[in-house]
Amino acid sequence: MGNLKIALVGNPNTGKSTLFNLLTGLNQKVGNFPGITVDKKVGFFKMPAGSTYQQAEVIDLPGAYSLYPKSKDESIVFEVLADPKNASHPDLIVLVADATNLRRNLLLYTQVADLGIPTILVLNMTDMAQKEGIAIDTDKLAERLGIQVMAISARSKTGIDQLKQAIANYNPIATQTKTIDVNAMEPEAIAQAKKIVNTENDYYALQVLNQYEHLSFLNADQKQSIQQILTAQQIDRNTLQATETVNRYKHLSQVLNQVIVDTGAQRKFIITDKIDAILTHKIWGLGIFLLVLLFIFNAIFSWSSLPMDLIETSFASLTEWGHQYLPAGVLTDLLLDGVVAGLGGVVIFIPQIAILFGLISILEDTGYMARVTFMLDKIMRRFGLSGKSVVPMIGGIACAVPSIMSARNIENWKDRMITIMVTPLVSCSARLPVYTLIISLVVPDQNVWGIFNLQGLTMMAMYLISILAAVLVAWVMKFIIKTKEKSYFVMELPVYRSPRWKNVLLTMYEKSKTFVLEAGKVIIAISIVLWVLASYGPGNRFEQVDQKYETLSANVQDEEALADLERHHSSELLENSYAGILGKSIEPYIKPLGYDWKIGIALITSFAAREAFVGTMSTIYSVEASDDDISTIREKLAGATHPQTGLPIFTFATGLSLMLFYAFAMQCMSTVAVVYRETKSWKWPLMQLGYMTALAYVAALIAYQTLK
Amino acid sequence: MKLSDLKPGQQGTIVSFTDVEMSVKLMEMGCLPGEVVEIERYAPLGDPIAIRVSGYQLCLRKSEAAVILIQ
Repeated sequence: MGNLKIALVGNPNTGKSTLFNLLTGLNQKVGNFPGITVDKKVGFFKMPAGSTYQQAEVIDLPGAYSLYPKSKDESIVFEVLADPKNASHPDLIVLVADATNLRRNLLLYTQVADLGIPTILVLNMTDMAQKEGIAIDTDKLAERLGIQVMAISARSKTGIDQLKQAIANYNPIATQTKTIDVNAMEPEAIAQAKKIVNTENDYYALQVLNQYEHLSFLNADQKQSIQQILTAQQIDRNTLQATETVNRYKHLSQVLNQVIVDTGAQRKFIITDKIDAILTHKIWGLGIFLLVLLFIFNAIFSWSSLPMDLIETSFASLTEWGHQYLPAGVLTDLLLDGVVAGLGGVVIFIPQIAILFGLISILEDTGYMARVTFMLDKIMRRFGLSGKSVVPMIGGIACAVPSIMSARNIENWKDRMITIMVTPLVSCSARLPVYTLIISLVVPDQNVWGIFNLQGLTMMAMYLISILAAVLVAWVMKFIIKTKEKSYFVMELPVYRSPRWKNVLLTMYEKSKTFVLEAGKVIIAISIVLWVLASYGPGNRFEQVDQKYETLSANVQDEEALADLERHHSSELLENSYAGILGKSIEPYIKPLGYDWKIGIALITSFAAREAFVGTMSTIYSVEASDDDISTIREKLAGATHPQTGLPIFTFATGLSLMLFYAFAMQCMSTVAVVYRETKSWKWPLMQLGYMTALAYVAALIAYQTLK
Repeated sequence: MKLSDLKPGQQGTIVSFTDVEMSVKLMEMGCLPGEVVEIERYAPLGDPIAIRVSGYQLCLRKSEAAVILIQ
C-alpha cells in the first residue's frame, strides 16, 4: 500500500519539531494550507519492514495547548483532524507530550482522543523528567488510556526506531478509552449539531458548536444552523468550554493517579531561576538585551561581508563570461542583464538572512527570546505592538520579507497587523548601499569630539530614525485599526536549554529558501520589466543615439577615449529609454525634494528593489563599472551640476532628502508581495505602500526645503 | 484577593476567575482552581509578571493576573 498519513500534534515547546526532523530527516517540504498563513510542513520516512505501508507521510501541525484555537491560524489543527475530506486528514495521530509537564500536555490528548482517530502517545524528554525526579509508569498509563505509549527523547535521539516500529504496528481501529462524558454537557445541542455536520462523534459536534465561525469545511447554511442552535439553547460558549476543561482535568487526575511519581518537582527550575535572576534583572536585563542586539547587528554585517563579496564577484564573472561566449543579441541581453542580474540581486541577501535567522533561532531555542518578549511587552504595548513584535522588528534590520513572515507567532490579529505594517520601516540591508553612497558624498569624513566619526554617526542616526518612525507609526495605527479581539499575553517561559544545532541550521536553510522563492520571483519578474524599460525607447530614438556614437567613435583610435565614449553612449541610451522618459516626466513632482530627472530615473528603477539605486546612478552618470569601489561614482556625483543654474546637485540638503526618502519609501515589491500573502488581502499592502510613500515624500520635502 | 496583589516570592491557591473568556485560556495553560501559584518575578518595567504553576513557568500581564482570585 501507499502512504500512511500521520499527524504530529502537541503543545508548543514539547520538542515536536525536533521529533519531526528526526523522523523525516531532510526529506521534507513546506507548503501552504489554503486560506491561512501557517506553513504546512510535510515530511516522509520509509516504514520498517513488515508494515502494510511503504512510506509514512508526516504532517507537523502547529503547536497548540488545546483544540480550541487561540488564533485563526491555530484552527487548522482541528480542521485537519476533524474533517475527513481535508487533504491532510491523518490515519494516525502521534501526540507528543512533554514528560516533565505531563498533566497540562495531556489536556490536548484527551480532546484529540475524543475525535476517534487511532492515536499513539509519545512522551518526549523522558530523560530530563528522570533527572528531575519524575517517574512515569508508561505501562500503567498505556493501559488506562487504551493506546500505545512510547517514551522517547528526541534530543538524545533515543526511542526513535521503537516509535517507528510502533507506528508500523498501529491498530487502524481507534482503541482509546473514553475520557469525559461529552454528551451530558449539552445533549440537545449536540444531537442537533451532529445531524447538521453529519457525524456520529459527540465531541466533533461539540467542537463545531464552539468554533463554527472559523471552520472552512462548513458552508454558510451549516454555519447559520449552528448559530440558531446556540441561540435557541441559550448556550454560552465560554462557559461550556470552561466546564469541559475542568471536567477534563478532573479526568486526568484519575488517569495520572499513581502513574506519575514526582520526587523533585522544584529541581528543574534551580538553574533556570539563577539564569533568569540575571537575564531578566531590573537593570542588567535590559542592558544584556541591548548587548545581544548589538552583537546580532554586528554579526549580520561583519560575518556576511565575505560570502556577499563572493556572490557578487561570481555573478559579475558569470555575466562577463556570458557576454563573451553567448551569441550577442536581445535574448542574451535579457538573460544576462535581466534575469541573471535579478537573480544576483536576490542571492546577495542570503548570507545576511541566514545569519540573522540562525541567531534568532538560537535565541528562541535556548528560551531567551521568551524572556525578551517578557521584558519588552510593557513598552511595546504602549505603542500598539506586543512583546512578540520584537523578533520581526529585529529581523527587519536584515530583510523585511522573512521578518514579516515571522510575525505569524503573534496570536493577536491587531498586534500582528501593526507589526507587519511597520516592519518595512526598519532600515534593511538593501538601504545600506544607498546610505553609504550618499553619506560619503555629502557628509564630511571628520571626527567630532575626537572619537566619533561624522559619517558613522550619520549612518547610526539613519537606523535610529527608522526605528523611531516604526514605533511612532505603530502608535498611530493603534488608534486606526479596530478589533474586537482582546490582546492577551499568557505565555509559557520554557526552561533554559542549549540550542539544537540541527534545528538552527534547518531554520537558516528554510528562511533563506522562502526568501528566495517568495521575494525572488517578484524581484526577477520586475527586474525583467525594468530591463525592458531601460533597454528600449520609443520610436527611433535609440537608433539616432547609436548612429551619433558610431560617427563619433569612427575617428577615435585611443582605447581609453573609446571606452569613455562607450560609457556616454550607454548613459545617453538610458536617458532616451522608456525609463529615462518616465524619469523626466516625474521631474516636476520630485523637484521640490531637490531631485533632477537623473535621480528620477534611479527612483523608478529602484522602485522594485532599493539596491538598484546605486547601479542606475553609475550608468546614468556614465561611470566606469567597478564592483565595490564607490569612489569613482562619488566623484562623478560630486561634480554633477544643474544645467540651468550650474550649482551642484548633491548638496547636503539633497543628500539628506534622498536618504530620508529611501528610509521611509516602500521601494520593495517583494515586501508588497509578502504582505499580500500574509494578510490575504490587497488592502494592507496598498495601504502600506500609500502611507510609506507619503511619509517618504513629506519627510524628504521638509528636509530639503528647510536645509536648501 | 487577586493574584496581581501578590509580591514576588508570595504564594496563593487559585479559587476562581472573574472573567469566563480569560479563565478558559488560563485553565488550558494549567491555572486551575486548587492549584498553588507563586509569583516568581516582575518584568524589569513592573509588568508582565512571571508565575510558577502546575510545574512550569508562565508569564502574563498584570491585568490578566487580576482575573485570577486566590486565597
